[in-house]
Amino acid sequence: MEKTGLFGEFVKGLWKENPTFRIVLGLCPTLAVSTSVNNGIGMGVAATFVLVGANIFISLVRNVIPEKVRIPCFVVVIATFVTIVELAMKAYAPLLSRSLGIYVPLIVVNCIVLGRAEAFSSKHPPIRSILDSLGMGLGFTWALVVISFIRESLGNGTVLGFYINRSFEPALFMILAPGALLTIGILIGAINYFMSKRR
Amino acid sequence: MDLSVYIAIIISTVFINNFILSRFLGLCPFIGVSKHTGPAISMGIAVTFVTTMASIITWLLYKFVLLPYNLQYLRTLSFILVIAAFVQFAEIIIQKKSPALYRTLGIYLALITTNCAVFGVAILNTDMFFINNKAVAGSFFMSVLQGFGAGAGFTLAMFLMSGIRERLEFSDVPKCFKDAPVTFIIASLMSLAFLGFSGFKI
Repeated sequence: MEKTGLFGEFVKGLWKENPTFRIVLGLCPTLAVSTSVNNGIGMGVAATFVLVGANIFISLVRNVIPEKVRIPCFVVVIATFVTIVELAMKAYAPLLSRSLGIYVPLIVVNCIVLGRAEAFSSKHPPIRSILDSLGMGLGFTWALVVISFIRESLGNGTVLGFYINRSFEPALFMILAPGALLTIGILIGAINYFMSKRR
Repeated sequence: MDLSVYIAIIISTVFINNFILSRFLGLCPFIGVSKHTGPAISMGIAVTFVTTMASIITWLLYKFVLLPYNLQYLRTLSFILVIAAFVQFAEIIIQKKSPALYRTLGIYLALITTNCAVFGVAILNTDMFFINNKAVAGSFFMSVLQGFGAGAGFTLAMFLMSGIRERLEFSDVPKCFKDAPVTFIIASLMSLAFLGFSGFKI
């Protein structure tokens, strides 16, 4: 692991180990909030903040936490950062907070955050952890934007609230639950196909 | 508060707002553990047990600790800790009292701590059954039923999915669509079927 450069640490989350498309983690919020690009970006930024904040903190105290109680410790740190995001969002972006609903507190149980804390930050120094979690967070964000772009444009005929083409009859199916599962299934399949072609 | 409200809650959480297929809570085990029927059902039972108990515990915590002392902002932190502690506790008790049950449920219990469905149902309960920081009438039973219904809906979806996936092993799926992608596409079709329930007004 130590052989990868600092830049490699950052980039791997964007594509090679993309949490959504390659590792298939943290799907609950991905699918639930990706009904519009706005929500997708909001969720991505919130999750990135939690990831980076929690991972810096965990990597700083990684030598102090006893091995046996590490998971509860990580969860407390993560929950603290989630609470910060929750309250900040309620104060400064009440509309976004309402449309994301229960999925903001649910960042706590997002597998990506705990997964990175356990697999990476608890073993690496802060600088590497920051780059790693930032890469993962941005990878999560762009995945969300792609999914929500597909769903919003096909299901509502809009992108970021602007109509693309008035004459296009949107397929409501895409912004309902089945559309989310179909989109991610086909996307992961397509990415697998391209990856296998390349090799 | 009459009986029909309680029945409505059960039907709504199992079919209309099925936790996996329409709220997307608990997707990780849904994709990960649904390869065979046996483990899928064990997982479902374990989740049902934990969601029901978690609903009871978090309702008590919210009503008697967080609300009286104006600590609502600690909801996320305290709920996740209480749920994690409870799951650990249940694991120890089951291991001690019933080793046979532990062998079937044990590994799943550990996974449940980070299951979105458990935490999600606790958050949903406080969002739905506490209006303006006051418990609505009968909110305790409604919370418990919602917790149970969430688990039952989860079990139902797991059972259906594992049945389909067992058959799927004999069919010729394109290589790049094996495992996760095809599971999502099947889940999408199942979700479409469950969408048919959404017209019901109870």
